[in-house]
Amino acid sequence: MSATPVISPEEVVLGQPSRVSARSLARSRRQKAKANKDAGLDRGIVSATEWKRTQIRFPLATAQLVLLILLVIVGLLPILWLMKAALTPTPDTLAEPLAIFPHGITWSNISQAFGVNIKIQDYFLNTIWVAAGAWFVQIVVATTGGFALSVLRPKYGKIVSAFVIATLFLPAIVLLIPLYLTILHPLVIGGSLLNTFWAVWLPSGASAFNVVLVMRFFDSLPREIFEAAQTDGAGPFRLFWSIVLPMSRPVIGVVTVFAVINAWKDFLWPNLVLPGGTDPASVQPLSVRLPAIQGTTEVGPYLASLAIATLIPVIMFLLFQRTFLSGGGFGGAVKG
Amino acid sequence: MTWVRRGGLANLLFLLPLLCIFGVFSWGPIVESFIISLQHTNFIVTTWADPFWANFAFVLKDPTFGLAVRNTGYFALLALILGYPVPLVLAVVMSEVKRFKGLFSVLAYLPVVILPVVSVLLWKTEFYDAGASGVFNTILSWFHIPPQPWIQTAATAMPSLVIEATWAAAGGTIIIYLAALTNVPPELYDAAEVDGAGIWQKLWHVTLPQLRGIMLVTFILQIIGTAQVFLEPYLFTGGGPVQSTTTIMLLIFQYAFQSSDGGSNLGSATALSLMLAAFLAVFSAVYFRVTRSWSQN
Repeated sequence: MSATPVISPEEVVLGQPSRVSARSLARSRRQKAKANKDAGLDRGIVSATEWKRTQIRFPLATAQLVLLILLVIVGLLPILWLMKAALTPTPDTLAEPLAIFPHGITWSNISQAFGVNIKIQDYFLNTIWVAAGAWFVQIVVATTGGFALSVLRPKYGKIVSAFVIATLFLPAIVLLIPLYLTILHPLVIGGSLLNTFWAVWLPSGASAFNVVLVMRFFDSLPREIFEAAQTDGAGPFRLFWSIVLPMSRPVIGVVTVFAVINAWKDFLWPNLVLPGGTDPASVQPLSVRLPAIQGTTEVGPYLASLAIATLIPVIMFLLFQRTFLSGGGFGGAVKG
Repeated sequence: MTWVRRGGLANLLFLLPLLCIFGVFSWGPIVESFIISLQHTNFIVTTWADPFWANFAFVLKDPTFGLAVRNTGYFALLALILGYPVPLVLAVVMSEVKRFKGLFSVLAYLPVVILPVVSVLLWKTEFYDAGASGVFNTILSWFHIPPQPWIQTAATAMPSLVIEATWAAAGGTIIIYLAALTNVPPELYDAAEVDGAGIWQKLWHVTLPQLRGIMLVTFILQIIGTAQVFLEPYLFTGGGPVQSTTTIMLLIFQYAFQSSDGGSNLGSATALSLMLAAFLAVFSAVYFRVTRSWSQN
């Protein structure tokens, strides 16, 4: 189930072009919220007068308190439990999973997770490589393609756009097997791409969502700027590199968040094309490696590995809460 | 030359990455999937299916297919009953929080941040441990409830999968509803109060109608998502016990890569994925046609 500024699919496809960046939008929204609060306009279902009445305030405050406790139990406790288990000797976790350090803390789980048998740091590095390459391919395809279709606008551009948009609503499952065969026998390159990062990087570029997002952003840029640059003698390459790209930081940010989160979370496709062969540590990302070693790894070090794989995104999330929460919505709703 | 001078070459150069990547990894495979569905192929030998619908007939006659459809429907239904109302109710209560609102959202979103594979493995090996010392069974024992088999029996496996999937996904949907709730114009509540509406009436006559559009979208997204559920059944149970969690996606995967006769039936796998895609396309089209009049206020 598998996140991004709150952009709904309809908004992307049908909605009004937005001229403002996600960040300035969030800023103006916050300012508006503050102004509304000062003017007493920041209200929900319950009005200020209703909130003052005890028979409304008491049950409502109780409901909110119960909700808070519930959210702590459901949202926070599983993560805290995992962190505790990472520092607990295996026999203790197996016998009394909910006891808190009955026989003290051990660091050996952590050191084993980084040791020769698990080598979690190698797989974490692979995850970064997978995400970085997928990000690069997606940015190149989306910006150059979006530039050609929205700014240069060749005659045949409409047909190309239509073909891109047509794939937007296609369930990924249709592509699974033919895409796998393509990776096994790539036409031009020759030789199998199996167990290479290219097998994940290249197909990730064929994201109609990215192209449509970038096209809609470029459409919203004032065309006078392009015309002025062309009058001043800027060719298409100059226009792309010096004018359009620097203006595209907001949309590149959106594509980046999508690309990185998807690459981080994806399991089915990398599991299929990165089986590992003789040296899984050289290609497999965490999402592929962690299920593979589940049956053969001692519980303590295994839970320590899961904890390390959890701690990293949780810290990123707490640091960049606003980006996640203003954008995380749709990634979370669409489970693949 | 005039074509080059008018920028024809530059246009093409900028389109080149898109055309290559989409051609090889999207448009090409789409066409190919229609061809493969009409062929018998196992990575090595390829022959045309005779009659041409042989792969489709094979899937429809396979007793596991009916089972997979039923299991996928069961997963979707349970996920809807459990996963659809919960985020909505939580978001409405959260939107009325006056202090530490951010804390509520952060807590609700935490499960979404965890790598989905890690969530499933953690639940599988520890939380759903069917022994008396499993995490959930230990908690149940505090309330004198006997240990549950969780993913170990056919009857309890699917609900267990749905509980984990809902836990993992609810945070994302809550954030969508929270954003929609802040966009409800406050004047509407003021006006409702002038007409003497209480809290429940405001909720029913103002809030819910204002959320209708987004609720319709989250509904279809959830249906499309659950129809393609793969991660949970694949990692939790591998389709068992006794095929009780074999979903359509899992069956496609088994046809293609885990065939019982050691071979691999790519034609049938592709035929089934085309049927699933066609069903989802028709379902979404009908859904949007039927609900179009509802989403307008």
